[in-house]
Amino acid sequence: MTEQTMTVSLPTRGVGLGILQTYGVYLAIIVLLLYNFFFTPNFFNIGNFRTQFVQVVPALIVALGMALVIGTEGIDLSVGGVMALAAAVMPLYIGYGLIPVVMIAIVVGGLVGVINGSLVAFIGVQPIVATLSLMVTGRGIALLIAHEQLVSITDPTILAIGRGTVVGIPCSMIIAVVAVLLIAVLVNRTTFGKQLIAIGGSRRAAELSGLPVKRILLMVYILCAVLAAIAGIIGTARLGASVPSTLGNLIELSAITAVVVGGTPLTGGQVKVIGTIAGAALLQFISATLNQHNVPDAYSQIAQAIIILFAVYIQRGRLAVR
Amino acid sequence: MTVAIEQSVKPAVDNRARRELIASVLQSYGAAVALVVLLVVGAFSFPTFLTFSNLSNILTQSSFPLIVAVGMTFVILTGGIDLSVGSMFALGGVLAAYGSSWGIVGAFVLPLVVCGMIGLFQGLLVAYGKMAPFIVTLAGLLAVRGLVLAVTNGGSTTPLIKNPAFTAVGQDGIFGIHWTVIVALVAVILGTLALSRTRAGQSIFAVGGSESASIFMGLPVARVKLSVYIVSGLCAGVAGALNAGYSSSGVPIVGVGLELSAISAVVIGGTLLVGGRGSLAGTLAGVLLLSVIQNMINQVGSLNSSVQAVVSGVFLAIVVVIQTVLSRSQRL
Repeated sequence: MTEQTMTVSLPTRGVGLGILQTYGVYLAIIVLLLYNFFFTPNFFNIGNFRTQFVQVVPALIVALGMALVIGTEGIDLSVGGVMALAAAVMPLYIGYGLIPVVMIAIVVGGLVGVINGSLVAFIGVQPIVATLSLMVTGRGIALLIAHEQLVSITDPTILAIGRGTVVGIPCSMIIAVVAVLLIAVLVNRTTFGKQLIAIGGSRRAAELSGLPVKRILLMVYILCAVLAAIAGIIGTARLGASVPSTLGNLIELSAITAVVVGGTPLTGGQVKVIGTIAGAALLQFISATLNQHNVPDAYSQIAQAIIILFAVYIQRGRLAVR
Repeated sequence: MTVAIEQSVKPAVDNRARRELIASVLQSYGAAVALVVLLVVGAFSFPTFLTFSNLSNILTQSSFPLIVAVGMTFVILTGGIDLSVGSMFALGGVLAAYGSSWGIVGAFVLPLVVCGMIGLFQGLLVAYGKMAPFIVTLAGLLAVRGLVLAVTNGGSTTPLIKNPAFTAVGQDGIFGIHWTVIVALVAVILGTLALSRTRAGQSIFAVGGSESASIFMGLPVARVKLSVYIVSGLCAGVAGALNAGYSSSGVPIVGVGLELSAISAVVIGGTLLVGGRGSLAGTLAGVLLLSVIQNMINQVGSLNSSVQAVVSGVFLAIVVVIQTVLSRSQRL
């Protein structure tokens, strides 16, 4: 008799939970937008939405990289440090023009990815510790480079990345869209993407079936760091100053949240690109809503934490349900 | 088994046993050895390094992170992690300042109760909610810091300690050693006894060593996990309260990044992040090592504080790499 009730009750609960896991983030966005439609004056105008999108770009780009890393059952806590490093090296090469500055910032960020990836893939260090040590070291080196000072940037071509527009569309948004498309194609349409997901599903199985597991892991951490460096460049350009002490602080938290809220399980084996965008958008809308209703920072932090816990709690049974 | 086989097998076993022994000695005492080396280097490089006041200063500076790291060691031994300790440290300090208007008892009880409750809540989510420890405590880091800001007008108020006896606990000592150092050492000793001499302590090692084996042995795995997060919350709260006594006020912005130095100290002290192996003595060596490095950087004078971040980050990476390689050779 108990068995009967078990077989009846489990699937129904599974279906309900499954829908919540897959579409919960979209549902939450709709609810939030409806709330704002009725209760927040001036929320629904183009200017505000544009501001929201421009603000979310760095977090979104970081979250894309984070989604790849989490897809391999890893985690990257060093993204904030990478953003700070990218910001710190930019003023050093400001005289050489836009392209060298951007390239050097990306290369420096990528180097952090190489170290992260090597520690994780070749030596076998747990991702959380490997990237923890680079989170501390990265920001430390960034502060050393900048002598713990804020450097303002006046080069108009660099500022254009953060503030300029092309036919009315902000440059940073274009970069974000390109990044989203590239990552979506990478994950869904390439061998690399399939291999990445295979590693997250079962590293041992991937190794036994002859996949170049270590090389793929290395590549994933490099990609994540490069995306973080790009986010650092955009963030610096938008501020008009290189601020290695605060740029990207706690961004690993919002990136991880966006990824998890978007339906990518922390246990790896799946990467939800569209979900990650929705997750980042949801976080942005939440903070914007709290902000426009003059809720103090303290309470909006607590609210964000509760949302993270709720999202992860719902996601936790994911593999079992599937 | 015949003699011939034994003879042919023996050298290989001997060799492996020796390697394992070296590996495990390095794992357990690496931090202590590095500490001694640094002390010798410091003694020769800086004239004021080996003075009583400097060493006592190092101990005092170590005492707060040490108490936090004791709790962190318990958590890491079960294979978990607690990222919320930095925020709890700040909360403990602020609450101690508020509680001090009810005397010294209030100054200790208020932070202990609140931080213990938060630890309990996190532990429930990890142990019974089956959520990843680092995500639960990462949310805790954010929420508790928010709570600190909420009770201090967004961080603009710094509540002062109103009880002179409590300030004395933070600032005075005996024979030139601060009470905070004594509290920290007592925490290390009590923790070591609890881990090695009690059933609960052995269960912590068992759960960290193999969770599924512990379940099959009938150990109360969920309860063990729950308890370590409470211990960590209590430790962070006490450390924060003592720090508030030391600085005569509950500063809302202290403890940022403290979780990182606590984790670094625990890992450098030879406790495996996967759980099941480690010691509080190692954690003590790890905390002292980081403090000595900081002290030496301060002695140079011309170096700024971000050097400290770089040095400890690199140090952590090196130690973890060595640990990983060693534990791999032990498994073979």
